[in-house]
Amino acid sequence: MSAAALSAEAIAPRLNEILDDCMVLEGPLLPILHAVQAEYGHVPQTALPQIADRLNVTRAEVHGVMSFYHDFRQEPAGAHVVKLCRAEACQAIGANRVAAHAKKALGVEWGGTTKDGTVTLEPVYCLGLCACGPAALVDGQVVGWVDEKKFDAIVGDLK
Amino acid sequence: MMKIYIPRDAAARAMGADAVVAAMQAELTRRGMDAQIVRNGSRGMVWLEPLVEVEKDGERLAYGPASPKDVAAILDGNSDKAVGRVEDIPFFAKQTRLTFARCGLIDPLSVAEYEAHGGLKGLRRALGMTQEQITKETTDSGLRGRGGAGFPTGIKWDTVRKAAGPKKYIVCNADEGDSGTFADRMIMEGDPLSLIEGMVIAAIGVGADKGYVYLRSEYPDAIEVMNLAVDAARKAGVLGKSVLGSAHAFDMEIRVGAGAYVCGEETSLLNSLEGKRGVVRAKPPLPALEGFLGKPTVVNNVISLATIPVIFERGAQFYKDFGLGRSRGTIPVQIAGNVKHGGLFETAFGMTLGQLVDDIAGGTAKGRPVKAVQVGGPLGAYFPRSKFDTPFGYEEFDGQGGLIGHAGVVLFDDTTDMLGMARFAMEFCAVESCGKCTPCRIGAVRGVETVDRIAAGDATAIPLLKDLCETMKDGSLCALGGFTPYPVMSALTHFPDDFAAAKEAAE
Ligand SMILES: Cc1cc2nc3c(=O)[nH]c(=O)nc-3n(C[C@H](O)[C@H](O)[C@H](O)COP(=O)(O)O)c2cc1C
Ligand code: SF4
Repeated sequence: MSAAALSAEAIAPRLNEILDDCMVLEGPLLPILHAVQAEYGHVPQTALPQIADRLNVTRAEVHGVMSFYHDFRQEPAGAHVVKLCRAEACQAIGANRVAAHAKKALGVEWGGTTKDGTVTLEPVYCLGLCACGPAALVDGQVVGWVDEKKFDAIVGDLK
Repeated sequence: MMKIYIPRDAAARAMGADAVVAAMQAELTRRGMDAQIVRNGSRGMVWLEPLVEVEKDGERLAYGPASPKDVAAILDGNSDKAVGRVEDIPFFAKQTRLTFARCGLIDPLSVAEYEAHGGLKGLRRALGMTQEQITKETTDSGLRGRGGAGFPTGIKWDTVRKAAGPKKYIVCNADEGDSGTFADRMIMEGDPLSLIEGMVIAAIGVGADKGYVYLRSEYPDAIEVMNLAVDAARKAGVLGKSVLGSAHAFDMEIRVGAGAYVCGEETSLLNSLEGKRGVVRAKPPLPALEGFLGKPTVVNNVISLATIPVIFERGAQFYKDFGLGRSRGTIPVQIAGNVKHGGLFETAFGMTLGQLVDDIAGGTAKGRPVKAVQVGGPLGAYFPRSKFDTPFGYEEFDGQGGLIGHAGVVLFDDTTDMLGMARFAMEFCAVESCGKCTPCRIGAVRGVETVDRIAAGDATAIPLLKDLCETMKDGSLCALGGFTPYPVMSALTHFPDDFAAAKEAAE
């Protein structure tokens, strides 16, 4: 999405709808941030003043909440997001080995996006798939028993 | 009509259940067969997922792990993936399923099937009781919080009951952040109505009219099923202005977390639910008195709440008769990691760790020796084989310098580097610290550095690591900083060679 498409003016109408939907909730900020990220793939800085205004808090407070949580992105991710579980149960069955392979294959570190912008690699700490690890979440879809071969196949399908 | 069960549980999907459903549908169409495919929960034997069950002529037979190419033979009844009746599989037959009795058995979103299998009986009974009787029944059952701390559920409820109203809340902690645990996920995907029923009973008991499930964002499938189940419960009149036609009103919402482990801690969770940073609150005030938005709030784990229906259906005494010492009832043990037969094993408290690891789980995936077992998630101690005679119970594990936490049991084989696991425990604490206490926030970073020094051969760093752990234990507000020393110190104490070998290599 271009910078102009994400200007405060450009996003204001849709953001207003999101805020209308969420303001009826008790403690609406996380649902708002989730909805904004679902809409734009990240939480654009340009959205913060309008959110802050509606909630009657400062922009810094909204930013403070957003930055506390691992989920909320300040920058857009690649076209696809592959999350690999790094928690103990997956480590017990080879997650570190698979993670090393993944980083090498994609040429990125944790949080990085491939040069062509197709894949972002992120760590995740437990998907509840601890008896069929190593586990991954590929664009929101769960995958179990991810070894090097399966990882390559997953990425191959994405490209 | 023939019914074919193919789980929509996340573990089953992760192993390819959706592809099996597609193949099955295609094969049914090709044969012109009339059969209903039910997306049930998991029966908990993850190594057999996707586990397909075919029910016809009053008999329900299982096949697994199924792949798309198995579906024709499954329909013919001659597949080599046949495993017979689920109830006869030793891993399943040895269990006592109370909380998980319906999980995997029924269509998770059918209120009618839920009722046909004992659901809503507990709620109907509770509707005829006073609030005091409800909290007392819960106390009498001996149920203790399954989220980790093991606090008696009935006593917590009674505090909220006695607190001044009118506004009170029921908050379900579905943050399930502990590695090696998936019981909350499985019940939310496989029998979500039991959680909803448990929350309604809690609400009636304490006088609350609104509930929230704070569900981790890492569980997209559970989020979907829970939302559908809440809709179904509303349609059936279980939720709403008049619960099952009574004078009680109760409704609930599913709220999605945002990827912070510490938000499983109840006060951090409440801050997060309010739309704040998930920083831990000092106690007092107790959430029971000043919780969500400052109002009296019950915060309970998913399994604590999902166990309430069976307690009210069969009576406190029935539940209490299971168990060991002060650990009453059953516990859904989740067996995970490097394991041959991993999955969910619900059993009365009291089985030893060794029985679970060797007899039930069958050891590691490839048969290598079990080196260590971590019980209770990232804050739980690593147990060596010499502690395998520890019976599964809160006090029993505590006495051995461990904790059962949310009852995850993670197996590690003999290739595991325990220094690496100690380092990871510190790293995890550093990443997930809410930042409020210096020993946790800074100490964990120092911890990683100190373990690295040991790895580089600096033996003088070992006493430093011990001191650091003491400081973290004493100076942390919550168990994240306070218990990270458990995995670190247990690794160091029980597997000193992994710390010494590094030293020799460097010399
Ligand atoms: C760092 C930390 C993480 C926690 N994570 C969870 C969790 O994911 N789920 C949970 O139910 N309890 C968790 N707890 C325990 C809760 O603080 C609280 O004891 C529990 O939700 C109370 O419910 P219960 O009495 O039914 O167990 C955590 C505690 C700490 C200190
Ligand atoms: S111990 Fe760590 S996570 Fe817990 S309150 Fe202190 S800083 Fe926060």
